[in-house]
Amino acid sequence: MLISIASGKGGTGKTTVSASLAAIWDGPVTAVDLDVEEPNLHLFLNPQVESEEKVYLSVPEVDESKCNLCRECSNLCQFKAINVMGSTILTFPEMCHGCGGCMAICPENAISWGRRELGTLSRGKTGPNNFLMGSLRVGEAMSPPLMRAVKERLAMDLTERPGDAIIDAPPGVSCPAVCAVMDTDFILLVTEPTPFGFHDFKLAVEAFAPFKKPMAAVINRSGLGDNSVEAFCRENNIPVLVHIPFDKDIAGAYSRGRVIADLNPGLKSLFVQLAESIKEMGAGGRDA
Amino acid sequence: MTKIAVTSEGPSMQDMVDPRFGRAGGFVVVDPETMQHEYVDNGSSQAMAHGAGIQAAQNVADSGAHVVLTGYVGPKAFDALKAVGVKVIQNLDNMSVEQAVQRYKSGDVQYADQPNK
Repeated sequence: MLISIASGKGGTGKTTVSASLAAIWDGPVTAVDLDVEEPNLHLFLNPQVESEEKVYLSVPEVDESKCNLCRECSNLCQFKAINVMGSTILTFPEMCHGCGGCMAICPENAISWGRRELGTLSRGKTGPNNFLMGSLRVGEAMSPPLMRAVKERLAMDLTERPGDAIIDAPPGVSCPAVCAVMDTDFILLVTEPTPFGFHDFKLAVEAFAPFKKPMAAVINRSGLGDNSVEAFCRENNIPVLVHIPFDKDIAGAYSRGRVIADLNPGLKSLFVQLAESIKEMGAGGRDA
Repeated sequence: MTKIAVTSEGPSMQDMVDPRFGRAGGFVVVDPETMQHEYVDNGSSQAMAHGAGIQAAQNVADSGAHVVLTGYVGPKAFDALKAVGVKVIQNLDNMSVEQAVQRYKSGDVQYADQPNK
């Protein structure tokens, strides 16, 4: 089962929950950091990195001697990454989303693939478990292409060594967050009972509900704020699986890069309970 | 004489200069000698999520203008205009298209060597 840990609002505890779940998970599991713009799961899981590879996006290169200036590519490209301007062909590789449409439509076969570096894919081990992380190149504006490369690697690894995956998703509800959750089997939303947490939680539910995946919530910093999140979850049939207390010891452990499930037996059993609930709900989702 | 394109909020010489290049409403393309002009709509750029400046540069290139009068030009639009040899005069704002053209004809303008946005 692929479990994505998402949130809407940033800083609600996605990585805290991901790290603890991976640490107590019963059975083979891969911990995946898909928050490629700012990966931080490794700070908690301290993986031994075994390999690092650069990931590239294919972008068009034009052989001007073959180009007949027909503009088919230029008219097709929605991002103006390839343009015919007068008798000049102008490409903006940083605008390219790598769809390949220009190459497919070119009647003169004047376009070939160049490449743009997207970032780095790191693989390693954290204890007995696999670890995967994407790190976006500084200056790269698009994260979904690198995220897709990480997901492809995960799929290959899981074919060789079946197991579950816990995916630390990026915050927000735009393309990167959607890219992270869309093909997972279970979406766990980590939120906090504050007005900001509630506001973005509603956006996340709205953005992710169309995927019709089993979805549940964890309320972090429980004890703060009010009951709006709980009430909303009840009305919308989103189970609140556990509450993580608003607690100075937890904040301290987090700030020292510790996995909070290791902090005390109470927290450990809280995450064990969370894992069991996820497995139950996930199994129900597959049967339905 | 060289035709010039002025980013404009509307189709006439009395309309105000639109300070945005990429997302300008349109371009009044003027022959400064005869003051004959035509309007090129830039709605196709305004509707784009990305690459509006590049699309606008393409629209200017297609209009046959060799000079652009405008307010602010971004880096990609600037590169695109440079690639097709369209000269850029920027930082024009708060004036009508006609006033901008008169300023150009008086010579009280500078060609930009880098984008200002």
